[in-house]
Amino acid sequence: MSHLKNIVGTLTLGVALLAFGQAPAQAAAKIQRVTSPGGIEAWLVQDATVPLVAMQFAFRGGSAQDPANKPGVAQLMADNLDEGAGDLDSNAYHERLERRAIQMNFNVTRDHIRGSLRMLKNNRDEAFDLLRLALTAPRFDTEPLERVRAQTMSILRRESVTPGSIAGNKFFAAGFSNHPYAHAPRGTLDSVPTITADDLRAYRQKVFARDGLTVAVVGDIDATTLGQLLDKTFGALSAKGDLAPVPEVTLATGDSRVFVPLDVPQTNILFGGPSIKRDDPDFMTAYIVNHIIGGGSLSSRLYHEVREKRGLVYSVSTSLWWMDKTSIFLGNTATRADRANETIERITAELKRIAGEGPTQQELDEAKSYLKGSQMVALDSSTKFAGALLQYQIDKLGIDYLDRRPAIIDAVTLDDAKRVARKIWSHPLLTVSVGRPPAEAATPKPIKN
Amino acid sequence: MRDLKIISRRDALRGIALAATALSTATLAAPRSAVADTAAAANQPSTFTIANGLQVVVIPDHRTPTVTQMIWYKVGSADETAGKSGLAHFLEHLMFKGTAKHPAGEFSQSVVRVGGNENAFTSFDYTGYYQNVPRDKLALMMDFESDRMTGLILKDENVLPERDVVLEEYNMRVANSPDARLTEQVMAALYLNHPYGRPVIGWRSEIEQLNREQALDFYRRHYAPNNATLVVAGDITAEDLRPMVEATYGKIAPQPSIPAKRIRPQEPPPAGPRTVTLADPRAEQPNLRRLYLVPSAATAAAGESEALEVLAQLMGGGINAYLFRALAVDQKIAVSANAWYQGTALDPTQFGIAASPKPGVSFETIEEAIDKVIAGVKQAPVPAEDLESAKTQLIAESVYARDSQSTMARWYGAAITVGLTVADIQSWPDRIRAVTAAQVSDAARKWLDKKRSATGYLIKEAPSREEKRS
Repeated sequence: MSHLKNIVGTLTLGVALLAFGQAPAQAAAKIQRVTSPGGIEAWLVQDATVPLVAMQFAFRGGSAQDPANKPGVAQLMADNLDEGAGDLDSNAYHERLERRAIQMNFNVTRDHIRGSLRMLKNNRDEAFDLLRLALTAPRFDTEPLERVRAQTMSILRRESVTPGSIAGNKFFAAGFSNHPYAHAPRGTLDSVPTITADDLRAYRQKVFARDGLTVAVVGDIDATTLGQLLDKTFGALSAKGDLAPVPEVTLATGDSRVFVPLDVPQTNILFGGPSIKRDDPDFMTAYIVNHIIGGGSLSSRLYHEVREKRGLVYSVSTSLWWMDKTSIFLGNTATRADRANETIERITAELKRIAGEGPTQQELDEAKSYLKGSQMVALDSSTKFAGALLQYQIDKLGIDYLDRRPAIIDAVTLDDAKRVARKIWSHPLLTVSVGRPPAEAATPKPIKN
Repeated sequence: MRDLKIISRRDALRGIALAATALSTATLAAPRSAVADTAAAANQPSTFTIANGLQVVVIPDHRTPTVTQMIWYKVGSADETAGKSGLAHFLEHLMFKGTAKHPAGEFSQSVVRVGGNENAFTSFDYTGYYQNVPRDKLALMMDFESDRMTGLILKDENVLPERDVVLEEYNMRVANSPDARLTEQVMAALYLNHPYGRPVIGWRSEIEQLNREQALDFYRRHYAPNNATLVVAGDITAEDLRPMVEATYGKIAPQPSIPAKRIRPQEPPPAGPRTVTLADPRAEQPNLRRLYLVPSAATAAAGESEALEVLAQLMGGGINAYLFRALAVDQKIAVSANAWYQGTALDPTQFGIAASPKPGVSFETIEEAIDKVIAGVKQAPVPAEDLESAKTQLIAESVYARDSQSTMARWYGAAITVGLTVADIQSWPDRIRAVTAAQVSDAARKWLDKKRSATGYLIKEAPSREEKRS
């Protein structure tokens, strides 16, 4: 049972949240840029301590490329990639994975289809070959497709009564109406039944292409071997994807509070507003200020004011989310219905306070110290390290980013922090809460165990 | 693709089950040079015990200059006095409220300042606290952690808001989740006498009554070096660690009154299957959850716990596992089906099966199919290929575990806290490898007996203004 909060978890969103500070110098020095004979690039950290290889990769695309009338295509395709490919039906394909304990997973964000492959070193060739089949020759047979569709519908039915899922869907629908970011990657109970195998094939054809591919590998493999495997695995994909243009968008807030009634003991609350883009020179300053407000620690302002002092909530946190075409800050908490308004007022007041006054010099210093130290701690497994290297490439930060990062953090001044706090956190909020109406909550019902 | 919700729970359980997991991977790894073998030996986990009874486990991993300190107390919710359920977990929260030497917030701020992270967890058999920090901050963390082993100071102004926080945690984990409420009910039905039948977080009506004195009393009774295991994983050696332990934890006096072995009320021989039906207006997806009372790694006869691990993998480990294949692929009556074995426990534990029927399919149909799968395993030895694949996957998990120092720390800590040894953990892959098809069938025949089971059904109830008793 965890003492702290569960980090968001209820949202299936666009961006991996990476909170890395200073890199271990030796790790940064070891990052190699590998270019295969066929011209496919990857970042590699070779490390033979544990006899395994972890690869993370991404194709530009994601749920933003779903056909307008069929949200859920990207997710359903991703969920069917390991359900049979080439000559192998679903059963045979899974047998091949399981016999060698190869771990292959796909997931969908608003901007990308991401994949993860992990294998014991001795099973390397088999693992990459099975991935090649999944990417280039998935079968989308009727039996597994209908089975996976039934599972998806089951998940959607569950989510339709889960307060966190409802809040997440509502937040994006309200904030990005009519934009491809508005819909949840999993689609809807109406859309999923209409998706055909041809939809999945068409989606794969336009998104799985070498020009949208990013790869990061950590583990017991050398650059030459990896180069050959990259060509074998990804070389047969088309050179260029066929992506629909996605327009830039700003989260619409209009200072609005959205309320969704649901008969649950605890009200879930999401709050957020527009933020700045990943390539904005002020990004690191915003990242630091967010850490002070509600970043994942036991000493953020919101944790202190809302949880420790008042016992209003078990979890409260805020994050910056950056996507290809937008950036937001997003906060998440949950409390009993009769104190939901008080919790929102308290959070709003804290955000106003930091927008007006900025952080203190001590808060700034401590946040900088945290962000510089947290890198090493965050990169303590191959999969996490590969995930970070993938994100740095997607964010175009350069292969020396880990070396440069401490200086970028050090350069942030208190005046910068005050200016950026005002810029982002004085904006009106979009708030979505899901739970019992406050009037009903005022006379609490008997509690069930 | 698998049902995320169910699988994530299963994986969580597997994580704990694998606490009985290990390191020796000779047959999986490539042949290594003599030099590498020497290095590998130096990097093997090892253990020592200091004079006041604190056992220390060191798990070297020098890939990054970081360490995880994890202290495990041999006390969990199953050690609470009846009527005070939730006390172990409540105390876990209160352990962050400061000591005479380090007032509230100082420890946590020190962790954050160095870029580290920290947390704590409570289960039936243990309570644990950890920090993940740069290597050169280990001594500082040991100073803080040893200080709060006996130095906790609690004031009502800290305790009462924290009780509200725990009630919100209860709302989040249990009250808001029909599936979690079902689990509570099935566990309560499975255990007639043993405290595993009480939820770790406690019954809500009892959480509401917990107070400062009870927490301090529980703390003084159970928190002592001779009732704890310290696990340190990461960029450290046993040689370097020992003096640091002596200088901090070594200064704390043991409490001889704590019994070496925990004795709890045990279950009577199971007399018949039990069922419980939970109706919830939010149960959009019906769910079935069956638990069997089975031996744990700590109570089983030799080889039996390993056979149950393999059985759970064969029945529930993925899309080709027997249950999923029968119910979701062949008969198309369920959207998900899986099985797990919770091996790491002090007392008799659970072998679990869960299935979510497709719309319109009755629980009767689902149970018939489940029972047929079980009967199949009981009647005939499983095919050699299936057995091999299941064992390979289990053993591979012990290699994958080595990729994360905190995973290793959790596995070793949990296993040792329920009475296993470092040697038990290290020989786990060999013992899994030795499991035969006959042993798997025997385990199914002996333990997957309906009389030993409790089954819960989650059904949808029409929303209503009236509250029902459940």
